[in-house]
Amino acid sequence: MRSRNNVILETTIRLVLFIIILFSVYIFFAGHYYPGGGFIGGLMTAGAIVLLLIAYDIKTVSIILPFNYRIMTGLGLLFAIGTSAGAIFFDVPFLTHAFGHIDLPILGDISLHTATIFDLGVYLVVVGVTMTIIQTIGEDE
Amino acid sequence: MLDTVIHVALFCLALSMIGLIYRVIKGPSIPDRVIALDAIGINLIAIIALTSIVLKTNAFLEVILLIGILAFIGTVAFSKYLEKGVIFERERDR
Repeated sequence: MRSRNNVILETTIRLVLFIIILFSVYIFFAGHYYPGGGFIGGLMTAGAIVLLLIAYDIKTVSIILPFNYRIMTGLGLLFAIGTSAGAIFFDVPFLTHAFGHIDLPILGDISLHTATIFDLGVYLVVVGVTMTIIQTIGEDE
Repeated sequence: MLDTVIHVALFCLALSMIGLIYRVIKGPSIPDRVIALDAIGINLIAIIALTSIVLKTNAFLEVILLIGILAFIGTVAFSKYLEKGVIFERERDR
């Protein structure tokens, strides 16, 4: 009779999960000048949630992360469309983005872009769509 | 000198990937195929690292980490499927 719990997997994933989420946040913010961005960051976050689903079960994960992924997709689309449509009110073409350099106390000179908000929308859409697909396919009945 | 060593290493890695692809297609059992897929991921990481040495760039370092994470997720999912028959459980038995 083989034992049915998977304690090694659960302990490993408790550690690895935070590394993956931290890496996805890093790759999300690295986006504008270096490889990365909202799409791949969202895929990494979805991968972390999939690892959580593998180690635990659907019920536990829906208690840990009580998100409705379809609403998350809509929210992301709203972010993306809102940022691109906001350019119209300043008499510039659709999807134009603004940026400026700001001195922050600890971080120093930082260039802030409105493209980050657009990327946040992409991130939310990717996480929402990927998790909706995986939950729909992965449920056993 | 280093250039020659890197190119020979790249050739060896490509050769070993041919063997692994043979194992993925032919492999008598499913665990053979899973292990071969995982090893293909590791070989891809090695090839990307050597390529970034050849091209003298560090733009591919995130790709290495990314492929490592994706290969890990894939291997874990396959292993759980082989062990338990399902990947996502609705409610697990303790």
